[in-house]
Amino acid sequence: MQKLLEQLEEIFDASSIASSYGELTLTVASEDIISTCLKLRDKLAFDTLIDLCGVDYLTYGQSEWAGDASNSGYSRGRSAQGGEDRHQQRFAVVYHLLSVSKNYRIRVKAFVDEAEPIIKSVTKIWTSADWYEREAFDLMGILFENHTDLRRILTDYGFVGHPLRKDFPMIGEVEMRYDEDLGRVVYEKVSIEPNISVPKVIRK
Amino acid sequence: MAEIRNYTLNFGPQHPAAHGVLRLILEIDGEVIERADPHIGLLHRGTEKLVESKPYNQSIGYMDRLDYVSMMSNEHAYVMAIETMLELEVPERAQYIRVMFDEITRILNHLMWLGTHALDVGAMSIFLYAFREREKLIDCYEAVSGSRMHATYYRPGGVYRDLPDNMPKYLKTDTRTDKEIEVMNANRQGSLLDFIEDFVKEFPRHVKQYDDLLTENRIWKQRLVNIGIVSAKRAKQLGFTGPMLRGSGVAWDLRKNQPYAVYDQLEFDIPIGVTGDSYDRYLVRMEELRQSNKIIGQCVTWLKANPGPVMSDDKKVAPPKRVDMKDDMESLIHHFKLFTEGYSLPEGEVYKAVEHPKGEFGIYLISDGANKPYRVKIRAPGFAHLASMNEMTKGHMLSDVVTIIGTQDIVFGEIDR
Repeated sequence: MQKLLEQLEEIFDASSIASSYGELTLTVASEDIISTCLKLRDKLAFDTLIDLCGVDYLTYGQSEWAGDASNSGYSRGRSAQGGEDRHQQRFAVVYHLLSVSKNYRIRVKAFVDEAEPIIKSVTKIWTSADWYEREAFDLMGILFENHTDLRRILTDYGFVGHPLRKDFPMIGEVEMRYDEDLGRVVYEKVSIEPNISVPKVIRK
Repeated sequence: MAEIRNYTLNFGPQHPAAHGVLRLILEIDGEVIERADPHIGLLHRGTEKLVESKPYNQSIGYMDRLDYVSMMSNEHAYVMAIETMLELEVPERAQYIRVMFDEITRILNHLMWLGTHALDVGAMSIFLYAFREREKLIDCYEAVSGSRMHATYYRPGGVYRDLPDNMPKYLKTDTRTDKEIEVMNANRQGSLLDFIEDFVKEFPRHVKQYDDLLTENRIWKQRLVNIGIVSAKRAKQLGFTGPMLRGSGVAWDLRKNQPYAVYDQLEFDIPIGVTGDSYDRYLVRMEELRQSNKIIGQCVTWLKANPGPVMSDDKKVAPPKRVDMKDDMESLIHHFKLFTEGYSLPEGEVYKAVEHPKGEFGIYLISDGANKPYRVKIRAPGFAHLASMNEMTKGHMLSDVVTIIGTQDIVFGEIDR
């Protein structure tokens, strides 16, 4: 890994490389993703894109329960409490690369804006990016420029919303039932209430 | 002259050869596949979303339900990610137990694959033989965890409990004579390790039997040889891992290349293919059955000689003993905290992968310092394999689609997540 780190520092800015738990993370600007990936593939032999995923940093570091007790008992922590300390750029696209020939890994991270969550597609560099990008689009709503077939992949036909976003409720937004009178399946707003069984607590 | 057009055929999602709920839209010209478009997500249960809403330990069970034919391997990646972030030491005995069960799981998975793959291609009897051996291994699962499928046996810091000293035995029934019961219980007289040792001794004979039935079988070869050829270069481009990559002649196995647990102390070989067709992948997996059996044998020997703890003694992660809770206040507090709030991971992110029977199974875990994961991304090997369906089937006959689905070893639990 030390050797890889040295090679990386020759090509990229040293401040963009972080190391933790024996893993390297390279953070790049979203505009540079194509040139970065090409360098990684051609100069450093990263021949396989193992994984690609989107991350939503909307509620990062916000706990659901600050431990406040009132005379009516402890609050149940049903909604996020915490500052408006949002990340400047809400979404990140994370690439996990593997070099089968050299036997090392790297993680590449590119942040994208909430207003315009769009990044260039890497399908031309690694074919396996195709479905991973479709998945990130489906679940996180990140758009991939120049992707030839950016359809939803995991959710239902005609699904609305991006379920892995932090502001998408876990119980979903619609429920489905068979309507006897209409003789077909109908979608309605969910009738159950959201509930948090174990509140999120941050302990430093 | 009438206009000749391509024909679009819908395959699945309720088709016995679709291995679950695969829906394929096939564009065919006569009987030749022009384009295959897999529609997935019919088994999507939102595992990644659910995991975000629960303390770490409560999600181990979800891991079993991903690839539901190789349960403990999934758990292994998840607990490894947590252990790395907590910088938790796992006792060596627990590591050996995990490796042993990983390999038992690999045999379970490969037997399931072998049975169904052969069944799809037209060999009925092998399915019954494969399930005969699976039954014994599932009994091992049951003996350690109480569950025959979804074990939830691995925990951060070790495994739930030590291997049992007694193997459960068959009980008397009205339909079986005492003599028959005695024969069935013959290898269940000792501990679980004795039972596994007996299995390890017997298993090569069974693999030989599958081998005799299939390897030189004319029909089997006609259906598999030169079907779905993937070159080494394309395999890497397509993100293949595991037997799919090794079948294409790339000697890549995380157990050897990036060893985890105690794989670096065990002796085994990595089989690779030559042409990268379905038949090579079949041979690779058959050899893996034998190699896994070898690893299990080594683990049994080690485990018999080395008793010891199977769980970390870090009280913040491992639950205290029930007995201690009776008169020790601190144990009671630890128990209460652990089962209500759970433990918090330090802020950071980690990606941990294991050599799953199907390929590289990875967990990418982001923590913001809370008692629940901030984001978990599950890297399932089958997802990348199924994505290559279009490329692998192009130009093949309709009947070969079934062979290719079989050779990819698809399980929807992990693909749809």
